[in-house]
Amino acid sequence: MLQINNLVVQIEDKRILNGLNLTVNKGEVAAIMGPNGSGKSTLSYVIAGREDYEVLDGEILLDGQNLLEMEPDQRAAAGVFLAFQYPLEIPGVATMTFLKASLNAQRKARGEAELSTPDFIKRVNAAAAKLEIQKDMLKRALNVGFSGGEKKRMEILQMALLEPTFCILDETDSGLDIDALRIVSEGVNTLREAGRGFLVITHYQRLLNYIVPDTVHVMASGRIVKSGGKELALELEANGYADYRQSDAA
Amino acid sequence: MADIAMIKTAAETGLANLFAITKSLLPGDAAHREDAFRRFSERGLPHRRIEEWKYTDLRALLRDAAPFAGKPTEADIAAAEALDGPLTAIDSIEAVIVNGHLVRAPAALPPGVEIVPLREALGSGHPLLARMGAVGHAHDNAAYALNAAFMSDGAVIRIAAGTHVERPIHLRFLNTGATPFATATRVLVHVEVGASVTLLETHAGPGGVGYQPNGVVEMVVDDHAKVAHMRLNAEGSDALALSTLTARLGAKVAFDSFNLVAGTQVSRHQVYLAFAGEGSNAGIRGATMINGTQHADTTLVIDHAAPGCTSRELFKTVVDGQATGVFQGKIIVHSRAQKTDGRMMSAAVLLSEEGTMNNKPELEIFADDVQCAHGATCGQLDEDLLFYLRSRGLPLKEAEALLLESFLAEPIGEGIVHEDIAAALTGVIDGWLRARG
Ligand SMILES: Nc1ncnc2c1ncn2[C@@H]1O[C@H](COP(=O)(O)OP(=O)(O)O)[C@@H](O)[C@H]1O
Ligand SMILES: [Mg+2]
Repeated sequence: MLQINNLVVQIEDKRILNGLNLTVNKGEVAAIMGPNGSGKSTLSYVIAGREDYEVLDGEILLDGQNLLEMEPDQRAAAGVFLAFQYPLEIPGVATMTFLKASLNAQRKARGEAELSTPDFIKRVNAAAAKLEIQKDMLKRALNVGFSGGEKKRMEILQMALLEPTFCILDETDSGLDIDALRIVSEGVNTLREAGRGFLVITHYQRLLNYIVPDTVHVMASGRIVKSGGKELALELEANGYADYRQSDAA
Repeated sequence: MADIAMIKTAAETGLANLFAITKSLLPGDAAHREDAFRRFSERGLPHRRIEEWKYTDLRALLRDAAPFAGKPTEADIAAAEALDGPLTAIDSIEAVIVNGHLVRAPAALPPGVEIVPLREALGSGHPLLARMGAVGHAHDNAAYALNAAFMSDGAVIRIAAGTHVERPIHLRFLNTGATPFATATRVLVHVEVGASVTLLETHAGPGGVGYQPNGVVEMVVDDHAKVAHMRLNAEGSDALALSTLTARLGAKVAFDSFNLVAGTQVSRHQVYLAFAGEGSNAGIRGATMINGTQHADTTLVIDHAAPGCTSRELFKTVVDGQATGVFQGKIIVHSRAQKTDGRMMSAAVLLSEEGTMNNKPELEIFADDVQCAHGATCGQLDEDLLFYLRSRGLPLKEAEALLLESFLAEPIGEGIVHEDIAAALTGVIDGWLRARG
């Protein structure tokens, strides 16, 4: 479903992705692991369509559509969702208002009717209950004053509500205690289905005990340097990233 | 003054001629008008070398002084009343002023409320007229002085001591006409001890006509009284609208004023507020949305002359196209106004490269035990926030609108407790944002 060919990206004259190749199939959960600074967040932003990056070469195809030619909102409507490593705070915009605007914008882009307010509220409340998000949080300004864990849960709530076909989770585990990690992972696992692909980015193997991947890719210096099954994550946990850092220097 | 022999502009000559013709026809004390016109003509139309008008060069903006509008016909009134603003839906005590003439006074008034047409009050020498000009800082201001010279009609409103006026009083200033005209309206409101009132103003008029309203609202608010004031400037696209609010507050007063500017080629809203008694609170807020070549100026003078008063000023401006926004705010704290707490903020968002915002907040503090602060910001919408919203499926314009709405709604949320009024004003903001595309 997602196919990335020879992606070369730079920002402010600094190469960050160096000919990255990656394929994620429908129904697959692919994990990307790699040392800090290897370009994992950059990859997630470039897929989602952030503008600061300069794509020098390569292509990103989602079900054959060239994402690089689309605006971020068009990519969202096409099914891309990024759970941010650092979710943004939006003062003055109530979480409910934001959720409704997002959902209806996507429905509109897909030619579907807007949801009625009661239907919408029912859906949000159901999704919030599963993620143990208090209702009063939904009335507050989006992410403002939320704890790290609350912000991450809010990202998964958005994902559950928007029902994307391709989900990217960028270090969703960082800043989560063990209970929150379990809740968030369950939230993700219930969304696993045949038509949906996942790219789970993490620095630590821990998350992958909860969200068990089908494939694991190691990223270093802006490239996928090794791919394997879920056992590759355990191997990395035991040996660390030292091997891959050395290969950078080489 | 060195440049006293300054050549009069066409507009200045026009105003002098208009005054010569109309002064004997206008109601009330001619000497007051003569005095006011002299205060204006000594300096003439203010220009950019006059500090208070640095960013709004009235001499350049007002090329011709339009003739003052005559008494409206029934057809004029019907046309004007068709200008149906969003505040019309609020259940209120309504007075309608068309082309500067009070044409419809409220049918019935609750006990403790008196509303007299200004023309009548001037003619009969109403005792409350003595309360006009209660805020000295305004006297020499060109817009205020011109209004004092030419004021034709408006209202004198008295809220008797202890009266709580349930429904808002809505003053609808409506304009109609196909060629440029001027108006000078004056409203004097006396809120007596312990009374409370909500006052709404709607200002609207025809698009495509360079009419020139110059309105003054003066409020004298006695001890323990409470005033909520919301003003909507929805004047026509080509209007040059000057407005002045003066307020003199007694002790332990709660005063709140909000001004929304949505449209209008040129607007300048001036607020002269004086704390004359201890322990009062005032919130002066506003939101301005401009585009094209529009010019919107907000100028405040907040005079803390009594101790222990709190003032909050919060103004938000959104500038699109080649428009120009101006905010000038001055907080003065007299030496005896100890324990003053004054905070002023002006924030602007520029949506285009060609837009301009001039921010000039000032503090003049002569007391030592005070808490005062001011701030001014001007910038673009945050790119990261926009990306976050767009990554959730919001098209750029919608993402911008969401951020702008929350930006503009802050001064409404902070000051306006009447939910229907807040919703109506938020609707004006949404309408403007939607019209962007
Ligand atoms: N906006 C930016 N400007 C300059 N350098 C950046 C920017 N964003 C990321 N980088 C650099 O790109 C490299 C990869 O960063 P990132 O994608 O965040 O890595 P990871 O998520 O794997 O930790 C780092 O060296 C980082 O400093
Ligand atoms: Mg990262």
